[in-house]
Amino acid sequence: MAKVKSLAELKAMREKLSNNLDIREKSNDPDSLVQIKVAMATCGIAAGAKQVMEHLMEKADELKLSIVFTQTGCMGYCHAEPTIEVKCPGRDPIVFGHVDNTRADEILTKYVMNNEMVEGVIPVNYETIG
Amino acid sequence: MHVLVCGGTGCQASASAQIIENFQRILAEKGLQDEVQVVRTGCFGFCEKGPIVKIMPDNTFYTQVKPEDVEKIVNEHIIKGRKVTDLLYLDPENKEHVSDSKHMGFYRKQLRIALRNCGFINPENIDECISRGGYEALGKCLTEMTPQQVIDEVTKSGLRGRGGAGFPTGVKWGLCAKNKCDEMYVICNADEGDPGAFMDRSIMEGDPHSIVEAMAICGYAIGASHGLVYIRAEYPLAIHRLQIAIAQAREYGLLGNDILGSGFNFDIELRYGAGAFVCGEETALIHSMEGKRGEPTLKPPFPAVSGYMAKPSNVNNVETFANVPIIITKGADWFASIGSEKSKGTKVFALAGQINNVGLIEVPMGTTLRDIIYEIGGGIKGGRKFKAVQTGGPSGGCLTEKHLDTAIDYESLAAAGSMMGSGGMVVMDETSCMPAIAKFYLEFTCEESCGKCSPCRIGNKRMLEILTKITEGNGTMDDLQELRNLAAVIKDTALCGLGQTSPNPVLSTLDNFWDEYVEHVVDKKCRAGVCKKLMSYEIDKEKCIGCGKCAKNCPGDAISKTDYIAPGHKLPSMVIDSTKCIKCGACIAGCKFGAISVK
Repeated sequence: MAKVKSLAELKAMREKLSNNLDIREKSNDPDSLVQIKVAMATCGIAAGAKQVMEHLMEKADELKLSIVFTQTGCMGYCHAEPTIEVKCPGRDPIVFGHVDNTRADEILTKYVMNNEMVEGVIPVNYETIG
Repeated sequence: MHVLVCGGTGCQASASAQIIENFQRILAEKGLQDEVQVVRTGCFGFCEKGPIVKIMPDNTFYTQVKPEDVEKIVNEHIIKGRKVTDLLYLDPENKEHVSDSKHMGFYRKQLRIALRNCGFINPENIDECISRGGYEALGKCLTEMTPQQVIDEVTKSGLRGRGGAGFPTGVKWGLCAKNKCDEMYVICNADEGDPGAFMDRSIMEGDPHSIVEAMAICGYAIGASHGLVYIRAEYPLAIHRLQIAIAQAREYGLLGNDILGSGFNFDIELRYGAGAFVCGEETALIHSMEGKRGEPTLKPPFPAVSGYMAKPSNVNNVETFANVPIIITKGADWFASIGSEKSKGTKVFALAGQINNVGLIEVPMGTTLRDIIYEIGGGIKGGRKFKAVQTGGPSGGCLTEKHLDTAIDYESLAAAGSMMGSGGMVVMDETSCMPAIAKFYLEFTCEESCGKCSPCRIGNKRMLEILTKITEGNGTMDDLQELRNLAAVIKDTALCGLGQTSPNPVLSTLDNFWDEYVEHVVDKKCRAGVCKKLMSYEIDKEKCIGCGKCAKNCPGDAISKTDYIAPGHKLPSMVIDSTKCIKCGACIAGCKFGAISVK
């Protein structure tokens, strides 16, 4: 990677890179992939987020779903760890709490594949500045 | 006119699609389809009260709308301009209908500024950070602003130290910048030591680049080219992610020499602490980094004059730094518009204890404790009664029900006998014993006291002994007075912040829970049932059927048979030998007949 030489270059880079995050910022593109973010701060990992993420990946392979998995920081819902955010194309992101292997399977087979709601949705209770 | 209907998954599950259809049909029947547009939007976030229908431009917010309500909304609101009151949000506090979402508790409660990228980006990928505007603030400083302008901007924003004391950040930078020197240091205090606090860790784990960027901005402002992060070794994941962030920033040329072609050089190193609470005090922190014992020294000289390696240094807390880049990009006026009169911006709190929604929250300064505990925190666990909330960790105090409507900022918390601290917030219910809580915090400070000055080393020990006496039922009223005397002396004479604030948990509980102390001393009673020495277990010999289950459960062999057989029972009843009883409660848990009670 070449070094960034100026503010203008950095801004150009942001433009270019923001396309990569577009699927996360806007869910309008119907061809984009399902994205699952797993909250992996210390609290999440301690509650089993790592193992759940691995399980989700295996299960997604098994079900032949193409899903982008991302680890992210603390979402703040420590009372419901492990938490994951699922964003399906054309649908709004949803945060699920208390995700164990059973619930993970349910989320993939019911919510991701058939758009059926499953238990454990946490309403987002904050506003984030851009 | 626009009708916005929530098309989020939650609302769709409760028939929002049907609502949209009804709107379209009824509007078409009335010939209004060209004037009123029905829009299916994304989630409003208030799924609990869905489906949500919002009428623009008057910003009316209807909750729990049913498909059959649509006709009423069209007839009353859209045609006649009258709000349908019974569909408006009902404020749970004052039982009034709120028509506008801006005035609804749920939405005004949390605002994520310091945590803006936490839980959104992948912290191990600098590209995701850059695509959210990361490092643009640094670029703006280096190319468009002078160091003095940066300091002025931060000063104007009203940002104050988030480590707890609340010193204005811009002023601190200005003081350090005055002492020009060939070598200067920017130090990030990541030695988060309050029991139950994890704000800084979450920021470093979720958005490490914001810290790297802010430290570089600070370096530019004060004229330093070295950055040091003092982080405790107990935070391996935060260390790992910071290391990745620093390496990626170097690779992109956002750290190192000639950053963004400006000629400004800056790099960051990590220093690991062994997890001593006193090392969060800036002079002790600096000594620890120099390889000396983590002991504080008298200020002045302040680190701004003589800090790390006797060079001018600026120490700021993680959360303080996390606010800096956004202040530069969005402007001081934007930041100053959030929060209360003297405390600007937001504060992150680690919400813990007997509360339903334990978690990491960020609220604008000036939010009330009631909002935090009941709205965001979801109230007390198990429907029990709220008793106290501890803020500020071992340096803070306990606030009670009468403080629930206090708007949280540095001044109001200090006035109520507590302090902001770094942001730990422990909620307690009626099962917590206040003298025992005070004792817990004092045990912590005694353990963490470095021992350099005698008020802290010896004074706190004496206070702890008195508290132990009280919780064991041997206290006297003189002891309570002695606690106050000792506390006053320690506050006045201890060397550093740790010692000066260590009596706060005792003083605030003495002030707010005097009755409970008196009960322990005079009546030898602990109403919360926490102080074991003050409890005794008794078996009601009339209720006891003599099954002997309690005796089997008792780990201390304290329960035996008596000669007495209660009328209607066949076996002799049991009795507890209080000298052998260890008050574990195993007997009560096993008794099916409710014959055992605690007194």
